[in-house]
Amino acid sequence: MAAVMPAPAQSRLLMSGNEAVSRAVWESGVKVAAAYPGTPATEMLEVIATYPDLYAEWAVNEKTSLEIAFGAAMAGSRAFCAMKHVGLNVASDALMTLTLTGVAGGLVIAVADDVGLSSSQNEQDSRFWGRFAHVPILEPADSQEAYEQTKLAFELSERFQTVVILRMTTRICHVKGLVTVGERVPHVAAGFKKDSARWVMVPGAAQKRIPLMFQREDDLRAEAEITALNFVDSGSDRRVGFITSGPAYMHIKEAYPQAPVLKLGLSYPAPFEKIRAFAVTVEHCVVVEEVEPLLETEIKAQGIKVIGKEILPRQGELAPHVLKPAIGRLLGEEVAEPEKKPARAIAPLPVFPRPPTMCVACPHLGVYYTLAQLRNITISGDIGCYTLGFGHPWNALDACISMGASMGMALGLDKGRGESDKDKKIVAVIGDSTFMHMGMQGLLDIVYNKGNVTVLLLDNRAVGMTGGQDNPGTGRDIHGDPAPRVDFAAIVKALGVKEERVHVVNPYELPTLFKTVREETKIPEPSVIITNQPCVLVDHYHGLKPFTVIDDKCTGCGNCLDTGCPAIHVTKRDSVVKPSGKTVDLAWVRIESSVCTGCGLCVQPCAPDAIVHADKVIQIKALQRH
Amino acid sequence: MTDITNILVVGVGGQGIMTATEILAEAAIALGHDVKKTEVAGMAQRGGVVSSHLRFGPKVLSPQIAPGEADVLLAFEAAEGMRWRHMMRPNALALINTGNLTPPVVELGLFEYPVDPIGEMRNSGARVYSFDASAIANELGNIRLGNTVMLGAIADHLSFSAEVLERCVLQRFAKKGEKLIEMNRKAFAAGRKAAADAAKTQGAAEPVPA
Repeated sequence: MAAVMPAPAQSRLLMSGNEAVSRAVWESGVKVAAAYPGTPATEMLEVIATYPDLYAEWAVNEKTSLEIAFGAAMAGSRAFCAMKHVGLNVASDALMTLTLTGVAGGLVIAVADDVGLSSSQNEQDSRFWGRFAHVPILEPADSQEAYEQTKLAFELSERFQTVVILRMTTRICHVKGLVTVGERVPHVAAGFKKDSARWVMVPGAAQKRIPLMFQREDDLRAEAEITALNFVDSGSDRRVGFITSGPAYMHIKEAYPQAPVLKLGLSYPAPFEKIRAFAVTVEHCVVVEEVEPLLETEIKAQGIKVIGKEILPRQGELAPHVLKPAIGRLLGEEVAEPEKKPARAIAPLPVFPRPPTMCVACPHLGVYYTLAQLRNITISGDIGCYTLGFGHPWNALDACISMGASMGMALGLDKGRGESDKDKKIVAVIGDSTFMHMGMQGLLDIVYNKGNVTVLLLDNRAVGMTGGQDNPGTGRDIHGDPAPRVDFAAIVKALGVKEERVHVVNPYELPTLFKTVREETKIPEPSVIITNQPCVLVDHYHGLKPFTVIDDKCTGCGNCLDTGCPAIHVTKRDSVVKPSGKTVDLAWVRIESSVCTGCGLCVQPCAPDAIVHADKVIQIKALQRH
Repeated sequence: MTDITNILVVGVGGQGIMTATEILAEAAIALGHDVKKTEVAGMAQRGGVVSSHLRFGPKVLSPQIAPGEADVLLAFEAAEGMRWRHMMRPNALALINTGNLTPPVVELGLFEYPVDPIGEMRNSGARVYSFDASAIANELGNIRLGNTVMLGAIADHLSFSAEVLERCVLQRFAKKGEKLIEMNRKAFAAGRKAAADAAKTQGAAEPVPA
């Protein structure tokens, strides 16, 4: 993406929280911005990369992105990095010490919590990092606040010489609202000043920085008492008052427009005096926060009487319809909203689930089709589109926890095998981007410690799940410009995998893939099978001539359905009793030729050769973009 | 709050739900409304369920539409309309494309696609206007026009004039040539007509409370 002319100051724009933060990053004169893609944070760097006058990059992981941003901040420039909640776990090693050094130029981390788990492996509350690292947490409630707080975060960062965490959630990142934007103010880098007592964190130096960190935290708590970010909306109905932060503020204002609210934009360190003064002005004081009872626990420890997770959920998103029944019960009311009865809601009608699927012609389909055919294997999985291989029809992924973990888990499954697993083949599946993010070290461990693991490295030349972003394997940078391209076969060989144990295969060639996986799993040594076909969603993918099914030839065997390709649809079902007495289900199919890209995967298991190239593409019947 | 209009746009990942909602949002902004639009988009591209919430009025606070509070349900796929039926207000209107998209779990025989999703919605007391937006789009020459057909269908069921929405739709194609603008103009008109015809045959049309 090339830099475009940003909208002029005072424009009122419909912006997602991610877009609003990006605009503020640019206006704040940030010089360096880095991130690794991760839902719901991905768009921040995508948008920042379209602004002029700054350096933006895809880093290989979140720790690198924070270290890059920190380096720029040491040089006196303003710097920014964005990540999803679990990304900050990866970056935390750097965080926990750069909180001691502090920063010169402003440094802001935008961390996006996936409250409600739309696309993540856990629902952790990133506000813990503020407590753990003794750094301030800002929590915007909508796009306008995300924009304003980002700008304030840079000011706070420089004033208190600390990294600042901007805590977003999915409902901030992906909600669009109107934002009035401002001017860009360039920021001049002060230049790196050598100061080993500050920047070189050896024990003697670090010991001296710890009291400074605690002093800074006290100063920030004093700031929290006076900042305009922490304000009271005085309300006329004092039966219940709310202390809140983040998107929950909007839900409270919607559900209880007359209630007093103490809104904490700078939520850590919490302003206890302000909170104490507020709590006594209302009959019931309720702390409303997503996800963990962090403010609540700290406020209670101060001896201030509040209610929180006793009545509110500790998991998932809050919303007006979640708050109303809980608060209604607290007030001993049946209906909490006095002016009208709630709409007559009916129970949801029963409808089949529609889980996310792999795409038509996805190069991973062949891999999982193959793995599903193999018996006596344990498959250690990883984070990416290929995690979907755990589902139907493949059921071919047995474990998944965190980025790069497939390698270590596989080695552990190998070394920790019991008698019952004695003959099990251990397979690890990982994508190209995840391999570079955190998988390479695990493979090195497998090699060094002589593990018996077969690694499938699915190189689809994209960060697929987050929308096909570039990485060191694609040969393009964040702007789409040419960049050095990593050679995966060379890397795994350099890590010590024997030359003859490294194979590069086309995942659409099922017999070769099957033979390679079966043979390598028999050999008790580390081996790596690299698949080399691109993600079908990236611009560089080119489809081939589509296929169709000859109705008269289809015998209903259903083998093609085992590929899991969503272009294959069942037209008729039946079952027959075989001479052996066994009942076999049959399913006749058609291929939606208009979406088929001719990958040819389904042709290979088709017993009666009923799948042929379509001469004429039949008009698509379903409303779907392609 | 009755001065806020809640529109729920639903369908399957890849159908253009988010773009359609964004265009609706632009129309509301053009009329001076405050607007919030939200969806969970994480894995939407992978053929999963997508629901996009649009709220507009003098001042919008929470971005989410609560169950039982959608004024209009615009469904790009029949079973998805049924999935979100409980979000409708008692007097709300559902505008539904009759086209079906069956996911692999249905193809594999693990679940069944409802025989008559629109009938089931009506049986549950919902006011439904259904039409085949896909067929209309194909007739006009491109399935991609389906998005504009759906926006045409909702155009006469909003608290503002259809022309405002049409302008916002066509603006999207302003730089893509007169031919594409003309095709979308036709698609928008065809969507309006489909909803109007459905209103005549499927029940008395009532405007959404403004």
